[in-house]
Amino acid sequence: MTTMLHAPTRTQLAGLKAALFLLCLVPAVRLVLGWQADTLGANPIETITRASGDWTLRFLLITLCVTPLRRLTGLNWLLRLRRMLGLFAYAYGCAHFMTYLWLDQFFDWMAIAHDILKRPFITVGFAALVLMTPLALTSNAFSIRKLGGRRWQALHRSVYGIAILGVVHFWWLVKADVREPMLYAFALAWLLIVRAWWREVERRRQLAASPPVPAFKGKVIRIVPADK
Amino acid sequence: MLILRTPELPSSEITPRELFEGRRRFLRDAGLVLAAGAFGGLASAPATAANARLAPLAASPLSTNEEKTSYKSVTTYNNYYEFGTDKGDPVDNAGRLVTRPWTVRVEGLVGKPRTFDIDELMKLAPLEERIYRMRCVEGWSMVIPWVGFPLSALLKQVEPLGSAKFVEFVTLYDPKVMSRLPVLDWPYTEGLRLDEALHPLTLLTLGLYGEVLPNQNGAPVRLVVPWKYGFKSAKSIVTIRLTEKQPATAWNKAARHEYGFYSNVNPQVDHPRWSQATERRIGEFRKRPTLMFNGYAEQVASLYQGMDLRANF
Ligand code: HEM
Repeated sequence: MTTMLHAPTRTQLAGLKAALFLLCLVPAVRLVLGWQADTLGANPIETITRASGDWTLRFLLITLCVTPLRRLTGLNWLLRLRRMLGLFAYAYGCAHFMTYLWLDQFFDWMAIAHDILKRPFITVGFAALVLMTPLALTSNAFSIRKLGGRRWQALHRSVYGIAILGVVHFWWLVKADVREPMLYAFALAWLLIVRAWWREVERRRQLAASPPVPAFKGKVIRIVPADK
Repeated sequence: MLILRTPELPSSEITPRELFEGRRRFLRDAGLVLAAGAFGGLASAPATAANARLAPLAASPLSTNEEKTSYKSVTTYNNYYEFGTDKGDPVDNAGRLVTRPWTVRVEGLVGKPRTFDIDELMKLAPLEERIYRMRCVEGWSMVIPWVGFPLSALLKQVEPLGSAKFVEFVTLYDPKVMSRLPVLDWPYTEGLRLDEALHPLTLLTLGLYGEVLPNQNGAPVRLVVPWKYGFKSAKSIVTIRLTEKQPATAWNKAARHEYGFYSNVNPQVDHPRWSQATERRIGEFRKRPTLMFNGYAEQVASLYQGMDLRANF
């Protein structure tokens, strides 16, 4: 059991991925079935817009949970699920946008352009989705090789900014009751603070462990206070 | 979202309507529609506060003949923030609202201030069915068969003074049954100019679909001003006050730049978060163009002659 938990075999991991894939589809399937059975309430298009928006943001935050979770549990294989979760965030984002374009606005391009330019909450949501696109396109082994690990990682750090835009989008669209977007804001803040903290700890560790500066024979130009 | 105890609805408050519908369906299916009048007694379910049928109802030339939004949508998709901010919250939570006894105080700049009992109000003027379009500021709309009488009938009884220029509506705020969260500055208040309040379209509303108002729709008495965005039509009114100064209104206090005092339906003046050019009629797929004054321009445009409706949004 412990070995399976800590080092699942190839087949076990494949099974896990397949199960997770199906689980991630559940919200979408429920919406499709609900649409067909007409159980999405008086305003089904609004229900779909909101549910797809909710799941875009949730999958983004779930994706951001992988690294801290791996660190806390030591389950390194969790990292192998991250790409799928991130791509689901993008897929729900695209479904959310398609719901807006098709069901909500019915391809009224004038109204859509006006919305994107004039309504701050739509501008921000649109920016988030546009910024997610390069991340989705480079979420494959080929791109990592092509870009090189460092550059790939730098690019994918933009996910933090995207998640912030997602929360702002939600915050700006509610009329008066900000409790729900606030919940997401707290979750995101926690995920970002944990990372900042670990980075700081790591920096201090490296500083402390840095090898003594080799003896220098020439003239020393001080650029930091001597007592540092 | 709101965590309230589930309302303890006496079953008598919900079943009779189904019974009633079932009977109607039975009658129709049996091809006895013509006989329904004769069996009128059959159709009148035992009267309880929440579903008592209102009759007789005069038809109104001010009614639209557009297709009515289903009773189910009208009574399950509501904005009534005191009972929660999700559209489905009011129907779940408003069962705890006690609507009898109930009084409405009419006061302020009037010759004869008075407190009306709800049963008195019910008989104050002949009840009419008014089928109105209802346009929400969020971009959706319904067609609802309200029951009530012109607010002017009530205001005449108290004899407004010459100095009265506005009417303020104060609604119930009872923290024992309503949200304690300061989402808006409770109690919810609304206001109209006196000439708007006296307009024949402005309805003091006691019912919908031929029965007493369901709690989630603003029981036992609410306002309906069909050419303005829905939030102007205050629910569960307890005080009507005539004033000289323009009264503060709940949404205007919450977001001054988004919800003006007038809030007339106007497809040319956008809300910062929604375009107001189009709307989705509940039950329909495609959006439809929004009409100036929600289609009541012929009746009300003269009230705003010479006013800049962009500045006075
Ligand atoms: C092209 C981009 C986007 C457009 C046009 C768009 C548009 C919308 C619209 C019209 C709503 C419904 C507002 C309402 O019902 O009042 C909405 C809700 C929402 N959107 Fe977006 N959105 C976009 C991108 C995103 C992205 C990238 C995310 C997540 C990161 C997101 C998350 C949400 C959330 C959480 C909601 C609220 C759901 C709720 O009310 O429970 N959206 N969006």
